[in-house]
Amino acid sequence: MIFVILFAGTRTMSKSYQSINEKIAAGKAVVLTAEEVIDYVDRKGLEAAAKEVDVVTTATFGPMCSSGCFLNFGHSKPKMRITEAWINDVQAYCGIAAVDVYLGATQLRHNDPANMYHPGEFRYGGGHVIEELVAGKKVQLFALSYGTEDYPRREIRTMVAIDDLNQAIMVNPRNCYQNYNVAVNLSDKRIYTYMGILKARLRSMTYSSAGQLSPLLNDPLYQTIGVGSSVWLAGARGLVYSQGTQHTSLVERSENDVPVEGAGTLALSANMKEMLPEFVRGVSLQGYGVSLALGVGVPIPILNVDILRRTTVRDSEIYATVMDYSEDYPQKTGKTLGRFSYAELRSGQVELLGKKVPVTSLSSYYKALRICELLKAEIQSGSFLLSEPSQPLPAAQAMRGLECVGPER
Amino acid sequence: MSITKKIYLYFPKSETEKPIVYQLVKDFNLIINIFRAKVTPEEEGYLSLDVTGQEADIERAFAYLSTLEVVIHVGNKGLRWDAERCTHCGACVVHCPTGALAFADTATRRLAFTEDVCVECHACIPACPFGACSSSF
Ligand code: SF4
Ligand code: SF4
Repeated sequence: MIFVILFAGTRTMSKSYQSINEKIAAGKAVVLTAEEVIDYVDRKGLEAAAKEVDVVTTATFGPMCSSGCFLNFGHSKPKMRITEAWINDVQAYCGIAAVDVYLGATQLRHNDPANMYHPGEFRYGGGHVIEELVAGKKVQLFALSYGTEDYPRREIRTMVAIDDLNQAIMVNPRNCYQNYNVAVNLSDKRIYTYMGILKARLRSMTYSSAGQLSPLLNDPLYQTIGVGSSVWLAGARGLVYSQGTQHTSLVERSENDVPVEGAGTLALSANMKEMLPEFVRGVSLQGYGVSLALGVGVPIPILNVDILRRTTVRDSEIYATVMDYSEDYPQKTGKTLGRFSYAELRSGQVELLGKKVPVTSLSSYYKALRICELLKAEIQSGSFLLSEPSQPLPAAQAMRGLECVGPER
Repeated sequence: MSITKKIYLYFPKSETEKPIVYQLVKDFNLIINIFRAKVTPEEEGYLSLDVTGQEADIERAFAYLSTLEVVIHVGNKGLRWDAERCTHCGACVVHCPTGALAFADTATRRLAFTEDVCVECHACIPACPFGACSSSF
């Protein structure tokens, strides 16, 4: 038995996190982007390439609604235990310690008419406040309290910038969806969704994934990305602090193990003071709401041939499932309309139900490519080291729905 | 030799009753092609047009317009695309009827705005989640 394992070990290359980090620190690591690695392996062959390549950089840029940040404002004189707060008129959650708040990306600005006059414009919200903070702009803090003996102050109105805060820590419960639905609208009128404006009668189609660049599509079985992995979050050094909310690994997958629907997610955190404004952008989705678009880069250590092989996945081998957002998605009927590869989707037009449908995207391939390059440069220069996960992401987890049973009697 | 200039006329309330287009045609021999207009008596308004004619006539026409408190934007259309705000997501592409907003490079998927083909329909404004497309007015 031992003999067999040893034999396998001599035949198949394997590296450790430590040996890769030593090469990175020495400025000698071989790093390729998730796009470059495809051609590289085609030319060199898997075995030879696996010996040479140390890291493959993956990335994505798009709206990630489950994002937000903890802010600590420091204490005023006299002190105040903030119980309600608005930053640029966007309400933050205050049910935590005295001057800590959590600002969520999808929070609307106070008095936003929302969809009262449909479709609402949703020009400004939590995501935009986060964008302005990262861009170094001053924002208005308005806070109220009931006052206590140790925290007597009852009201604050002041201007602050990110450098005035003790901490500004982005904590996102769900980023980097492994794959995503493709949205269409079969109804007779245009609809306004988180997948953008969908034209009536199948006259447009929206997808939202970086495809062959996307982190979890390059590591479909979570062999390297886990809790504790280092990530590049909008330019800051961040980490995966947990499985993301709605992480679902028991999904339909293609032969290459790549999911054809949502699947895995990551919970990410990083210091907002180190972020680059270019990759932290408020989002206004007409008729739907506000959000935040983020750029995320994840380095994949090439520990063995199998891990390398999976990073060579290309758009033509990654499929996504089309759903009708006028009926089947909201009503949760489970019905799907078809499946296309990202290569087909990126061509700008596909044929569905006998109709030629123009395709658009919400995820920016251009920015994802830029992030792959930026992260590659940081690793090459020795300034970005990898970390071994302390826990794997759940590998056999299904998605639960919510049973609405009414109040218990 | 005749030339074409794209101009944008912005009318304050005081100027909306003057027959400006008529004069451009009659007094300066210009050929007018209007893309987009909103001119209502007693309200501010705008006109987006191409003017074609002799260079000297166009110069005289501009001189005339400048006497009327009319703001002229030469070569500037009613749709402003902010390259800094654009994230190249592509959400606008299916909504733009003329291909003015389109991917310029299939490999990097960089989006570009080609002002010449824009008809100022403004369909891209609500479709852009990043506020990169806005009306000039
Ligand atoms: S205004 Fe219309 S034609 Fe011009 S870029 Fe926008 S959608 Fe295209
Ligand atoms: S929708 Fe806006 S941000 Fe996206 S590509 Fe078009 S102009 Fe740029």
